[in-house]
Amino acid sequence: MSGTLLEVDDLRVDFPTRTGLVQAVRGVSFTLGRERLGIVGESGSGKSQTGRAVMGLTPPQARISARKLAFDGIDLLGISPRQRRALRGNRIAMILQDPKYSLDPVMSIGRQIVETLRTHEKVSKAEARERALAMLEAVQIRDPKRVFDLHPHEVSGGMGQRAMIAMMLIAGPEMMIADEPTSALDVTVQLDVLGILDKLVSDRGMGLIFISHDLRLVSSFCDRVIVMYAGKVVEQLKASELGQAQHPYTRGLLNCMPRIGFERHPLPVLDRKPEWAA
Amino acid sequence: MTAAITVDGLEVIFDRFRALKGVSLEVRSGESFGLVGESGSGKSTLLRAIAGLAPVASGSITVNGKTLGARRDKAFYREVQMVFQDPYGSLHPRQTVDRLLQEPLAIHGFADGEKRIERALDEVGLGNGFRFRYAHQLSGGQRQRVAIARALILEPSILLLDEPTSALDASVQAEVLNLLEEVRRRRKLTFLMVSHDLAIITHMCERLMVMQGGEAVENLTAAQLVAHRVAEDYTRNLLRASEGFVRA
Repeated sequence: MSGTLLEVDDLRVDFPTRTGLVQAVRGVSFTLGRERLGIVGESGSGKSQTGRAVMGLTPPQARISARKLAFDGIDLLGISPRQRRALRGNRIAMILQDPKYSLDPVMSIGRQIVETLRTHEKVSKAEARERALAMLEAVQIRDPKRVFDLHPHEVSGGMGQRAMIAMMLIAGPEMMIADEPTSALDVTVQLDVLGILDKLVSDRGMGLIFISHDLRLVSSFCDRVIVMYAGKVVEQLKASELGQAQHPYTRGLLNCMPRIGFERHPLPVLDRKPEWAA
Repeated sequence: MTAAITVDGLEVIFDRFRALKGVSLEVRSGESFGLVGESGSGKSTLLRAIAGLAPVASGSITVNGKTLGARRDKAFYREVQMVFQDPYGSLHPRQTVDRLLQEPLAIHGFADGEKRIERALDEVGLGNGFRFRYAHQLSGGQRQRVAIARALILEPSILLLDEPTSALDASVQAEVLNLLEEVRRRRKLTFLMVSHDLAIITHMCERLMVMQGGEAVENLTAAQLVAHRVAEDYTRNLLRASEGFVRA
């Protein structure tokens, strides 16, 4: 857990709209080392926009400002789009929610992985293919040679998500942002994918930001959890200490899900207080 | 207790793909019954076949003592209504809530539409202020409430629920599940509910059927599932998966 990979201080993302300024992220600060950090919140809490701002994928009409947004000492807001692009995919990678929409539908899975690798490293075609096959094997795809030539619509959701993980890891990034990586998957497949992600992240000593709306899942997977509400961080805590969460919003999120073996009718619902957003 | 829905040896075939391979099921009147399984298990197809939205190849479906033919008549839809998974796709984007709720009333020739719309919106916890809004002006939870109001407005006795909360945030999910339980209690409805989430099914249903690959794996009561008294490995796997990630 040594060395800070990412420093975020007072990050703000604003969207100018016809009806006025929408503040999606309002002063978020955190640091990430070589650890697994979860960001949890409901839709509209700004968790995805935080991840996208770090990745440099904020839409052009939005305004980003921060006192500090630095990856490995590089000021991400100060460098040129070209330098930013060189970082993206190479040292910082991102896994998106639904492989059905985030893989290129007209390119075979293997070619997409090779493309990522050859964008960032000078390697021969033959070597790139070898490494892509090895990576597909590392994400526990049983028959990598067959899957290499398949198109995304020919594989299941779980397989597509593994292919995406392979594509993101092939350039050997130091930091990975996973935005709801398993929400589109079945529960059983979800655990397989998380297991693979967990192993690769700890073997390679990467920093991981895991964005999700599922507080229980995140707390079983991450070391540390940030809880966001209305564009702000309301609580930061160790995943193991989730039971002692202080903020009523965090406690509400934990309590409102049905659990096997705990009969509660009706389920407790969140009683949102205006001062949480203040 | 009489049976509300009886399904016997139901086969559904899409082109050459057998989506349901002879599934049988009995839902008692007034009960809440759950269907669980992963994607492709045929749980949604079973629900859609009952609603008349899937091509039935063989087998029979009986609802409230009447065996259904290939076509569903109006009387059927007064008894059975469905709530779909995606509240973003199941409401007409260019109709106001008022217009959406009038449609079933007009089809079935109800005269007191005004009163019924007011009451239906009230029942799902949306005031009259929502009546002239469009779907895009509502949040996901509010949309699902409108979909529930639309299903309830004909006063059916059976609701078919296809993953009604999987597109919603956890906190909004709790509100919608509470609403569904409340209307069931008040109107003595029969629920047939599909979900991939065992926790939701045990919370909402008294009995359930686990499905895999178009076939029934086993029938259980919610209490048996909670006590982990299950016979099949597949169900045990689902149970383990629902407990969250465990580091190897």
